[in-house]
Amino acid sequence: MTANAWLQIGLYLAVLLLTVKPLGTYMAAVFSDAPNRVTRLGAPIERLLYRLCGVRADEDMSWKRYAVAMLVFNVLGLLAVYLLQRVQQWLPLNPQHFDAVSADSAMNTAISFATNTNWQGYGGESTMSYLTQMLGLAVQNFLSAATGIAVLIALIRGFVRKTTQGIGNFWVDMTRSTLYVLLPLSLVLALVLVAQGVPQNFKPYETVPLVQATTATETVKDADGNAQKDAAGKDVTKESQVTEQSLPLGPAASQIAIKQLGTNGGGYYNANSAHPYENPTPLSNFLEVLSILLLPAALCYTFGAMVGDRRQGWALLATMFVIFVPLLIGCALAEQAGNPALTGLNLDQNATVLQAGGNMEGKETRFGIVNSAIWATATTAASNGSVNATHDSFTPLGGLVPMWLIQLGEVIFGGVGSGLYGMLAFAVVAVFIAGLMVGRTPEYLGKKIEAYEMKMASLVVLIPCALVVVGTAIAVLAPAGVAGIANPGIHGFSEVLYALSSASNNNGSAFGGLSANTPFWNVLLGICMFLARFPLAIGMLAIAGSLAAKKHVPQSAGTLPTHTPLFVVLLASTVIVIGALTFLPALALGPIAEQLVAIGH
Amino acid sequence: MLKIIRQALLILLFLTVLTGVAYPLAVTGLAQILFPSQANGSLIEHDGKALGSSLIGQPFADPKYFWSRPSATTPFANNSTSSTGSNLGPTNSALTDAVKQRIDALHAADPGNDAPTPVDLVTASGSGLDPEISPAAAQYQLARVARVRGRTQADVAKLVAEATEGRQFGILGEPRVNVLRLNLLLDGKL
Repeated sequence: MTANAWLQIGLYLAVLLLTVKPLGTYMAAVFSDAPNRVTRLGAPIERLLYRLCGVRADEDMSWKRYAVAMLVFNVLGLLAVYLLQRVQQWLPLNPQHFDAVSADSAMNTAISFATNTNWQGYGGESTMSYLTQMLGLAVQNFLSAATGIAVLIALIRGFVRKTTQGIGNFWVDMTRSTLYVLLPLSLVLALVLVAQGVPQNFKPYETVPLVQATTATETVKDADGNAQKDAAGKDVTKESQVTEQSLPLGPAASQIAIKQLGTNGGGYYNANSAHPYENPTPLSNFLEVLSILLLPAALCYTFGAMVGDRRQGWALLATMFVIFVPLLIGCALAEQAGNPALTGLNLDQNATVLQAGGNMEGKETRFGIVNSAIWATATTAASNGSVNATHDSFTPLGGLVPMWLIQLGEVIFGGVGSGLYGMLAFAVVAVFIAGLMVGRTPEYLGKKIEAYEMKMASLVVLIPCALVVVGTAIAVLAPAGVAGIANPGIHGFSEVLYALSSASNNNGSAFGGLSANTPFWNVLLGICMFLARFPLAIGMLAIAGSLAAKKHVPQSAGTLPTHTPLFVVLLASTVIVIGALTFLPALALGPIAEQLVAIGH
Repeated sequence: MLKIIRQALLILLFLTVLTGVAYPLAVTGLAQILFPSQANGSLIEHDGKALGSSLIGQPFADPKYFWSRPSATTPFANNSTSSTGSNLGPTNSALTDAVKQRIDALHAADPGNDAPTPVDLVTASGSGLDPEISPAAAQYQLARVARVRGRTQADVAKLVAEATEGRQFGILGEPRVNVLRLNLLLDGKL
């Protein structure tokens, strides 16, 4: 890799680290129980909102009530998005006159956005009206992220509080996440993105002439919608002259800002952040990819500040970096090495001052290799799932990195809020393992970890693993599942494995060749996304409730310190061992086998 | 339970108004005042007529133009209402075949050119709408365009330089050449 490539990686990590403390401190103030400068500022709006909604802000909810509120709120949001898609043809702000979205696709998309997954079976610019995008999808981008933060904050209260039933108020946590964190950050980011060239308007698509006319080739279909065949069995095609281009516009920037910040990832356009309107310049790219990890990283600091020991937060962040950085470098090296299948074609794949070189299939010129690799790693470490290059066309090892990062359970940064509560589930497992080694009852942050917490944490860790493995098995056995595969052979299996990994960990990115907008795939992935989100959140709330009810145990000589490098190694090993043991066999059948074939060429 | 459902509905309603109506309208208002050109699609305009967008690539196949990166959109290249990459896997023979065909097409347009083809010029972009090529890809086509147009290479190189952007702030991204802008310059339309 070139010196500039290393510099861009270093700059990204440095800027990310620099934001952790200020943003983390700010969020600790937002969610603090004591009134402070930050929450006083928005108090009038908050009070008005609570009065209108009949919410008593000082009501302290038990974990069960908190979970019910979370679930009811999210299911209602899910139904609203579904309904909006089904009736968009009769509603305003639909300048391209898009029809209603099909029932299975609308169901899949509603679950996808309510669970913070943002798997996309549809193409935004050819399916969704402006109204659906802003009132349905963008709203869920905010609310699903706010839900993640709320559950995390409730869990933190479980560690902090002693012998109490209450873990906070869901409505207040939701409102504060949205009002103080997500909205202001999105507003600023959206405006910078517009300055770089992301559209923001309510105009119909703009038509411009092509400098040189081109030819469209379409297959001729019969009355039943099947391709007509000629005598030789080939598809009959019809050619026509194209002299114009229709530029897709709309309220894009406002939605793209929150899709990056809220670890949602659902693209305004089909090509997501590879689209030059969605991500026009290297600066827009830097800010968008920074936004992916911004909140998940800063929340580690918030956690440390709220539990009263900042080192605890840094230890969790260090664990994430220890796994993230080597995988990022590995992905960049694999992509920069180029595609071995193309050597021998008198092709120049070397990086020079005049070109990025490497495996450029599916990548954009302005981002080159290194920015595509940073993005692919960040978006799958976090459960963002937006892309600025097509992961399906990555080299086998370059594509293995994002797939495995997803399979690690979306805890290396992970989703906003959900990543950290997932990581805390792993921390519970890690201290339990350490406790077993020395024969002591494990503790974490002054709370005894007992059978109940351990059961819940195990469920949280293992449910996604089970969904991936079982879901993949169903998909490769069902003809309707195999029908969606685009690439032949080993890579086709990787497409299926990636799709199930992505849905079952609420990531949302894809090996995009897979045609997943079919009833089979929409239903299968819809179920996986739902089960990977809400049972996990409820499990963590149960832990929060159980911890809040416990006494504080004072530290003793036998307490395992959880802020040391030793604990970082222990926690990282726990994450990697579970991820490796579960998925190595499947990965061996996919990307690893493909790499062996590629170098054998 | 009924109370929770009522609270959930009302909070959903108000947060929807806030994040789904007030927020995009505020961004639109500010964007249209502060950055009107970018907010409306970064159109390249000349004499009040839109000639294209500087951000959305167009397809070129005539030897007198610089060619864009291959596009995998259907049913025609650079279809801006249906952005997509090829999603061909690295070991898929269809990818190798497509790259071979593109190299052949470039050779057919410029038979004397035996230099190794820059990889970005023969691989499909992620969006299918990449407006740019690498400076290496522009260099590779320069002699052909100059010859077909009967202009000196230095002349064309000047226009290439005009359409070239370096790394942003000298660090971010990759150097690149805007193909539509370059071809409009060549045609004397800018």
